[in-house]
Amino acid sequence: MKTTADFEKAWQGFTPGSWQQAIEVRDFIQRNVTPYEEDESFLAGATARTQGLNQKFQELLRQEAERGGVLDINVNAISSLLTYAPGYLDRENECIVGLQTEKPLCRGVNPFGGLRMARQACEAYGYKLGSDVEQACAYRTTHNDGVFHVYTKTMLNLRKHGYITGLPDAYGRGRIIGDYRRVALYGVDALMAAKQGDKDTLSATTMIEETIRRCEELWKEIDFLAKLKEMAAAYGIDISGPACTAQEAVQWIYFAYLGAIKEQNGAAMSLGRVSAFIDIYMERDLRRGGIDEAQAQEIIDHFVMKLRLARQLRTPEYNELFAGDPMWITEALGGMGEDGRPLVTRTSFRFLNTLYTLGHAPEPNLTILWSSRLPEAFRRYCARVSIETDSIQYENDDLMRTRYGDDYGIACCVSAMRIGKQMQYFGARCNLPKVLLLAINGGRDEASGQQMAPVRPLLTGATLEYGQVMEQFQFYCDWLCENYVNTMNIIHFMHDKYAYEKLEMSLHDTQVERFMAFGMAGLSVMADSLSAIRYARVTPVRDGRGLAVDFTIVGDFPCYGNDDPRVDGMATELVRSFEQGLKKHPTYRGAQHTLSILTITSNVVYGRSTGATPDGRAAGKPFAPGANPMHNRDGRGALASLNSVAGIPYDSCRDGISCTFTITPASLGPTAPEQTTNLIHVLDGYFRQEGHHLNVNVLNRQQLLDAQAHPERYPQLTIRVSGYAVNFTRLSRKQQDEVIARTFHTSM
Amino acid sequence: MRGCRIHSIETLGGVDGPGVRCVIFFQGCPLRCLYCQNPETQCLGGGREASVEELMRTIERMRPYFGSEGGVTLSGGEPLAQPVAAAELLRACRAVGIHTAIDTSGICATPDALETARLADLLLLDMKHPDPVKCRELTGSGLDSALTLLNAAEAQRQTIWIRHVVVPGWSDTPELVEDLAVLLAPFTCIQRVELLPYHTLATEKYRALGRDQPLPGTPAADPAAVQQLEQQLRKRLATLKGFI
Repeated sequence: MKTTADFEKAWQGFTPGSWQQAIEVRDFIQRNVTPYEEDESFLAGATARTQGLNQKFQELLRQEAERGGVLDINVNAISSLLTYAPGYLDRENECIVGLQTEKPLCRGVNPFGGLRMARQACEAYGYKLGSDVEQACAYRTTHNDGVFHVYTKTMLNLRKHGYITGLPDAYGRGRIIGDYRRVALYGVDALMAAKQGDKDTLSATTMIEETIRRCEELWKEIDFLAKLKEMAAAYGIDISGPACTAQEAVQWIYFAYLGAIKEQNGAAMSLGRVSAFIDIYMERDLRRGGIDEAQAQEIIDHFVMKLRLARQLRTPEYNELFAGDPMWITEALGGMGEDGRPLVTRTSFRFLNTLYTLGHAPEPNLTILWSSRLPEAFRRYCARVSIETDSIQYENDDLMRTRYGDDYGIACCVSAMRIGKQMQYFGARCNLPKVLLLAINGGRDEASGQQMAPVRPLLTGATLEYGQVMEQFQFYCDWLCENYVNTMNIIHFMHDKYAYEKLEMSLHDTQVERFMAFGMAGLSVMADSLSAIRYARVTPVRDGRGLAVDFTIVGDFPCYGNDDPRVDGMATELVRSFEQGLKKHPTYRGAQHTLSILTITSNVVYGRSTGATPDGRAAGKPFAPGANPMHNRDGRGALASLNSVAGIPYDSCRDGISCTFTITPASLGPTAPEQTTNLIHVLDGYFRQEGHHLNVNVLNRQQLLDAQAHPERYPQLTIRVSGYAVNFTRLSRKQQDEVIARTFHTSM
Repeated sequence: MRGCRIHSIETLGGVDGPGVRCVIFFQGCPLRCLYCQNPETQCLGGGREASVEELMRTIERMRPYFGSEGGVTLSGGEPLAQPVAAAELLRACRAVGIHTAIDTSGICATPDALETARLADLLLLDMKHPDPVKCRELTGSGLDSALTLLNAAEAQRQTIWIRHVVVPGWSDTPELVEDLAVLLAPFTCIQRVELLPYHTLATEKYRALGRDQPLPGTPAADPAAVQQLEQQLRKRLATLKGFI
């Protein structure tokens, strides 16, 4: 156990506060942060050590790509904190250590989400899951088993026919952000003691089901904190006490994160919001003369390189949904404090600088919490980095700070939550256009003809009548909401039971607030379809079975994406009523219902499983990603399009509204400084109108076509898609085509 | 009051004046420039009628993006071919404090058009060719009206940006740049000069209109070469009159 002297030494020079009596990382940051208002000129480049390491890393990446995307799999062990011996990229030269398995880019197997998926993933890359792993799991119920033991026939059908897709029922649910900073500030022993205290208190109350469950969870959390300490000890590092230097703080944080990704293969495993925290240690070391700027950058570079090495083993089907092998190691940079001071520090710049010291890359998913009040020099630097690298995204800090305070992070792409105090139950998304087709087809699936939902009579009359369609749609929407909530309840009950995030939850307050995050795909297809039915004459073309296989449309109708209130209002109404519909149904553990308009890259897969829609979209064609308008239907330019998206109410979509904006450099401004200024104006305008999230790409279609033809020339070409960045050459051909087909805003 | 006959609206214009611009493309142009990139806006009968109120509603919705330097640009087509409607739109913008620019070829130098041009905070004047004969070959009209507009702006101390499209084989030589510099040097109202590379992206537009591409076989100008010519123009202007 650490002594008072250990804490005094580690905290020497920090401004004291209540953070010393209780686990309050925010209080520590607020009392100690040094906001930085100047520009990027202080930054240092990569050290020789970093360059050498990066060369090694790039070579490994090349080999990984050469082998079809997976370099190696350790099939003989189950991934966890103590499964593998310590691994190194280059032991002599890395100042931040720790790998998921013994070797860099070698993937571990995590069967707790589902054994079948682990087995298939191995086979897809020419491996066979080891018999030891098979044996170990043979008599164990996995999360996946549990869910499928309880799924109803309807739920299986909804899943099979693509009404609800991407559900975390066969892999880790992710989207939980441990407060990894706690390990650095307090050391593991203090965290274990606090959790033990919580457990003792809880044990003294009546042992009803929830109390027992919580007590057992707390036991697991304490157990895994001990394992975390042991994992670090294997690297010869003692993290039982608090970190004393910037390098230690980063190493402690990284170990905590590494433990989380060894234990869980969650779909999105965000890092949280560590930069201002780390900066406090950097500032202290710089003050003391312990490091110089080159070393400060080196620490961040080596940390980020480790994050870029993170991998999970996935099946090819999973990659179709979430393309480019993403981890969503989302780090939120910037933002304002509640007291009006910016949370921009030199380390915010250092993180962005890794896009130059190490080259462009999709991970970590660098997310700028944007405010018109951020220091101008930082705003300009961000905009310039966007234009040059296409690797960062922006989210509205003014919108989120009032709802989540000033110490929130972003899970995955757009989901805000208070770090260490809130978590979410991730729920993928449902395909709303298919529900509209259910309405038009009286409850039958438009592709298979199978009766999915309760029978309702087909709509009368040849032409679709708006009122009738809406009434029928509402009926099926309510039906879907009930099934969707129930499905989620089952998944998360089972995940808590069989694959509880022991380490990540040990880095949350015991009294945690829970969200249940639902999602909607195809918003723009829906809005345009309803607009067509209302303002034009839409007649279904029915086949022999009476199913609408196509639609004839006579007349014009306003499309979403043109800042036209007639149709934008329909989109708003849709999300409002859908969210209300979900809220009618109770959630597991009293989680708050939230909704996202986010598709990741699954808009391609969703489109493929959806028949022709009344907006004129042909069967099988991709949806627009996230809340984006449909490709090339936004005829009045980018700002009209952004205004339409900004109109979607955030309070009905508290899990986030994703928008991807792509413009050619020549259209943004005649010179580089003007391009930067104009991008800042676009961001300010969008966020001032309560837009929530914006991915920014400044690139030419020609460049993408060239990269498609000659991937070897563009190993680091990174682009933003819905909510994250991907390496363009790692997308499937279909996904590349879809990205290229998207609206590029260009000047005439 | 009749509205403006417009072809379309581009809500994010980054290259037609300072900052983020809402660009209103007017329909109809008296010129038939061989290198025209927007042939669909040439025909006087096309487009649609849009009232000033409707346009102002759109513009107001874009205001949050304008920041301190952005605003509205009237382009086309030729906005000064509709001087009365354009004037009304400019006055409406001015009334609410929105910066305005007119992107013009200078072909319309009627008293009405000159009066309208005065109302804009900035003129973007496309100088087609410094040689009147070549200019007529290239555009169907000479230089006189553009010079009239330039003189009027000079007299009123109105800010002007000069633009010139560099068309390979027509206007891409250092000699031409020299002529352009000599022509422009006397005007103190010129704040900025931009040379824009000719590109062939309009070929598809001509095809859609059922028209032959007027410059078949002319390749796109090399942006790097154009940049060099622009440097040369700036330098020459600077020496000729202390122009930055």
